[in-house]
Amino acid sequence: MNVTNAAGFPILSLLTWLPLVGCLVLMTIRGEEEVVARNARWTALWTSIIIFAISLKLWWDFDPANPGFQFNESLEWLPQFKVGYKMGVDGISVLFVLLSTALTPICILASWESVRTRVREYMIAFLVLETMMIGAFAATDFIVFYMFFEGLLIPMYLIIGIWGGPRRVYASFKFFLYTLAGSVLMLLALLAMWFQAGTTDIAVLMHTSFSPQMQTWLFIAFLASFAVKVPMWPVHTWLPDAHVEAPTAGSVILAGVLLKMGGYGFLRFSLPMLPQASQSFAPLMFTLGVVAVIYTSLVAIAQTDMKKLIAYSSVAHMGLVVIGTFTFNIQGIEGAILQMLSHGIVSAALFLCVGVVYDRIHTREIARYGGLGDRMPGYAFVFLFFTMASMGLPGTSGFIGEFMVLVGAFKVNFWVSLLGSTGMILGAAYALWLYRRIIFGSITRDDLRSILDLSPREVAIFVPLVFLTVWMGVYPSSFTQFFDASVGAMVDHHVAAIASTTKLAGIAP
Amino acid sequence: MIYAIAILSPLAGCLLAGIFGRRFGDTYAKIVTIGFMILAALCAEISLSQVLFAEQPPEPVILATWFDIGGFRLDWALRRDTLSSAMVAMVAPVATLIHIYSVGYMAHERRSFRFFAYLSLFTFAMLMLVTANNLVQLFFGWEGVGLASYLLIGYWYDRPSANRAAMKAFIVNRVGDLFFALGIALVFQLFGSVEFPVIFAHIPDHQDALYHVLGHTWRAYEVIGFLLFIGAMGKSAQLGLHTWLPDAMEGPTPVSALIHAATMVTAGVFLMARMSYIMESAPGALTFVMLIGASTCIFAATIACVQNDIKRVIAYSTCSQLGYMFMAAGAGAYQASVFHLITHAFFKALLFLCAGSVIHAMSDEQDMRKMGGIWRMVPWTYTCMWLGSLAIAGIPFFAGYWSKDAILEATWASHNPLAGYGYLMGVLAAFLTAFYSWRLIIMTFHGTPRADKHTMEHVHESTPWMVAPLVILAFGAVFAGWLLHGWFIGEDQAEFWAGAIHVGANNHVLHDMENIPSIIGLLPTITGVLGIALAYVMYMLVPSLPGRLASTFQPIYQFLLHKWYFDELYDFLFVRPIQRLARVLWHVGDEKLIDGMPNSAAALAAGGSAQVVKIQTGSIAVYAFTMLIGLVVLISIFLLFR
Repeated sequence: MNVTNAAGFPILSLLTWLPLVGCLVLMTIRGEEEVVARNARWTALWTSIIIFAISLKLWWDFDPANPGFQFNESLEWLPQFKVGYKMGVDGISVLFVLLSTALTPICILASWESVRTRVREYMIAFLVLETMMIGAFAATDFIVFYMFFEGLLIPMYLIIGIWGGPRRVYASFKFFLYTLAGSVLMLLALLAMWFQAGTTDIAVLMHTSFSPQMQTWLFIAFLASFAVKVPMWPVHTWLPDAHVEAPTAGSVILAGVLLKMGGYGFLRFSLPMLPQASQSFAPLMFTLGVVAVIYTSLVAIAQTDMKKLIAYSSVAHMGLVVIGTFTFNIQGIEGAILQMLSHGIVSAALFLCVGVVYDRIHTREIARYGGLGDRMPGYAFVFLFFTMASMGLPGTSGFIGEFMVLVGAFKVNFWVSLLGSTGMILGAAYALWLYRRIIFGSITRDDLRSILDLSPREVAIFVPLVFLTVWMGVYPSSFTQFFDASVGAMVDHHVAAIASTTKLAGIAP
Repeated sequence: MIYAIAILSPLAGCLLAGIFGRRFGDTYAKIVTIGFMILAALCAEISLSQVLFAEQPPEPVILATWFDIGGFRLDWALRRDTLSSAMVAMVAPVATLIHIYSVGYMAHERRSFRFFAYLSLFTFAMLMLVTANNLVQLFFGWEGVGLASYLLIGYWYDRPSANRAAMKAFIVNRVGDLFFALGIALVFQLFGSVEFPVIFAHIPDHQDALYHVLGHTWRAYEVIGFLLFIGAMGKSAQLGLHTWLPDAMEGPTPVSALIHAATMVTAGVFLMARMSYIMESAPGALTFVMLIGASTCIFAATIACVQNDIKRVIAYSTCSQLGYMFMAAGAGAYQASVFHLITHAFFKALLFLCAGSVIHAMSDEQDMRKMGGIWRMVPWTYTCMWLGSLAIAGIPFFAGYWSKDAILEATWASHNPLAGYGYLMGVLAAFLTAFYSWRLIIMTFHGTPRADKHTMEHVHESTPWMVAPLVILAFGAVFAGWLLHGWFIGEDQAEFWAGAIHVGANNHVLHDMENIPSIIGLLPTITGVLGIALAYVMYMLVPSLPGRLASTFQPIYQFLLHKWYFDELYDFLFVRPIQRLARVLWHVGDEKLIDGMPNSAAALAAGGSAQVVKIQTGSIAVYAFTMLIGLVVLISIFLLFR
């Protein structure tokens, strides 16, 4: 294991725990409700901006040539069980850490005016959420990962359940139970691995070989947990409900970061630790991925609620991620990672777009809108831009991921590639249909006649997202260089593992 | 450098007009976009002359790396061979003229800066398409022009029909794009690269490569050829994927002229020429190209004969002419298809702009049944319409004559199994082309005025902004064929193309077409003249004849008027079933089946817990006893299974 940074500055722990420091500050705020709310907003914003600024150090100092974990930290925690507090990032996780730190300030800005009750508690929940997200991506010990991974549920549950819409209790319970049910199985798998390997260090587990039968069971257990998180068909129905009821910023984090936990889980655990099982389950994963793309794209076409439509489109996009992940080739896996990063930005932006009009008119029903292009040209542009990015227009981030997955899948199977790419057509259908009903046409409702275009605060939210989307679309090398080495190593590792089993079984020539 | 300026300056115009247009006003946007377009056009012509007089084909201009993913490496680069340069040299000036024309055409529009920004965006994407040095950049331009087309068709976004047409155009195109993308994936799998220089250099290496799909094993080149051609069918509105093009006429007329006649729709033809290296090795795919091209050619021409909307007639005519271009590609005469592409750009843009001028004169009326008797009032437009029609009908020495004759002769001379079918359809379509063109002229300009008095009083020739581009394009429509045929298809062609278009070792079609019976070469011209004569008889001499024919052959007339019922068929086959399926999947699949199980499980659990509550007696002794039992059970399990 690489220990270059072991004695260095513990930047990952700092990033992980700094939001909690912000929480402590928030808790000390006293006074009038208005004053508390204002101070809470500013404190949370500054905390998250400082964290983002610190996290940029990862961007500059990360060594892309090194496929292993970097910025490692290690503390003894439960030595008798060989469980340690271990942190580190490799090419696969580093950008997800940055995605989390980048989206949090945007979420806080997006909640500036829309959250009016218990502002302080809301901000605390968000900062706790940030801790959990960064922790989960930065953990290199399975137990530590598991704790952050599960811990995520609590603030998210509260954000939906307290600051959500009218059916928030149903939605938050559904969200909690679905994700928890999967996690229990993962915990069992974790224990089984610990019994076998005697450690929960991820780097060690990656090079531990488990027997084929055991791999199968472990894979199923992981699948139960990650499939819910992705979410894969048919365990996706919690997502539309959760999105619809969640406040805008909750949806942004849910779509932007939380959904990535599933795909990240596959890449971090299933693929490297269980190569044979991954290989033999690949056809099932392709099938589920293809079904997700077609099924949920179709369902998206029929939606009448803006947020639900985008939520279903998320499921379809994540179906493509699953397909790309299980192609086991560089294009497919890098495509999947890019698709996740791109989706993290684009779907987050689309939920923010919904938030803009929801804040003004207080409904998400598509039929209530129409003709906004006249009154809100700036908004019309931003919405169009992200609609196009979501459809994978070349030149935006959406294209590269989608296209790479297509190329990777094509190497494996023509039909997976063809059917998985039908999202290109269906995605255009639902996205343009949504855009047409919101922006085009002429205004018929009275309350829309006086609707205002983007405020400076909203412009400040969208500008960085637009910039990032174009950057990833026109020069994705800035991003892929981070995970080229790691993915290459992962693919090599996988190929070697498969080759060794076929040799053992006497199938090899 | 000059080349890069030619391609990038429309983008600059688009951004400056788009971002600051609202603040500085429409006049500013017009000045900026047109200024950059003129710059682009000048640079394009200079660059073409540099390429033509260079000893070696110049190297591509590399702008930056796009991405490099596991060996899938791509550059943003501008290819500089004859094909790219010639396309740039056509697109940039035509687009410039249409920008200028739009100043007049959109003069009454408020906030037209958006329009000019979109036009420039389109031009940029189109130039990226034709100068791509790899398939993915070509796809970037391909989708980019699709976006611009979507925005411009739906420019008047308060009209529901425009919105519907814009969506339809994008989605139908995406069907083709999907196959195009798969084709790119197969190219990558085969060659390990999608850069044109690499592909072209390694063509012989994979002649025998096989690909297994649909239960058969095919030669990989055939599969690539098919996939790319399906992509081309979408963009170039070929039979089956053509339904979006007539509807696209909802956009402002300059858009129809630029995007849906002169440039974007010819991208598919360009793709065939660009990929001639692969297409030459895919005879099966070429047979299919010939089949679709010839069928589209006749199919669209029949519909054009009965439409009454002036723009729709020209739209179907475009569709039909694109069929000719694909016929040429199918025959292996890519040079002739590009030649027709260029001449067509001039005369079709001219026809559309003339139509726009007429529509303007008639107070936005597009129905030819409500026109007539205005030819003296719009002399410039009338003359230009004649010149454009002479060109499209293939009357000798006008632009279309050279290129269309070349296509039909090449088709006759080629070894394509469907060459006979192609030639026959081509000649018939030539007859229909002349017929519907003169039907259009006579219905629009001649006869007794059928518009109301108020409209007739306002009929006027268009402003110089609109007339000047007409005149310039008319020069192209008259002289382009005569000037260019030596280079494109004549004796100098090999030198001119300098390897930009590849023809196989056994493909001598450009040579063989010189040695065919002279009647074969004359036939299209003869049928063209007959078509004009028929239109003259039917609409000038005996104006009651069309009505009588229509009622006598009612079923045929209705069939043609309803465009062979393609829209209805697709609605029945795809649109409505998909909508129904979407609702079923949502309400039954998601809500009843998938959510049904956990929700009823939850209900069960709620009921169960109500029972469990009764156990909570509050007696510590009972709790302790229960815990003890539990502990015993757990320990036994542990001991049994360890």
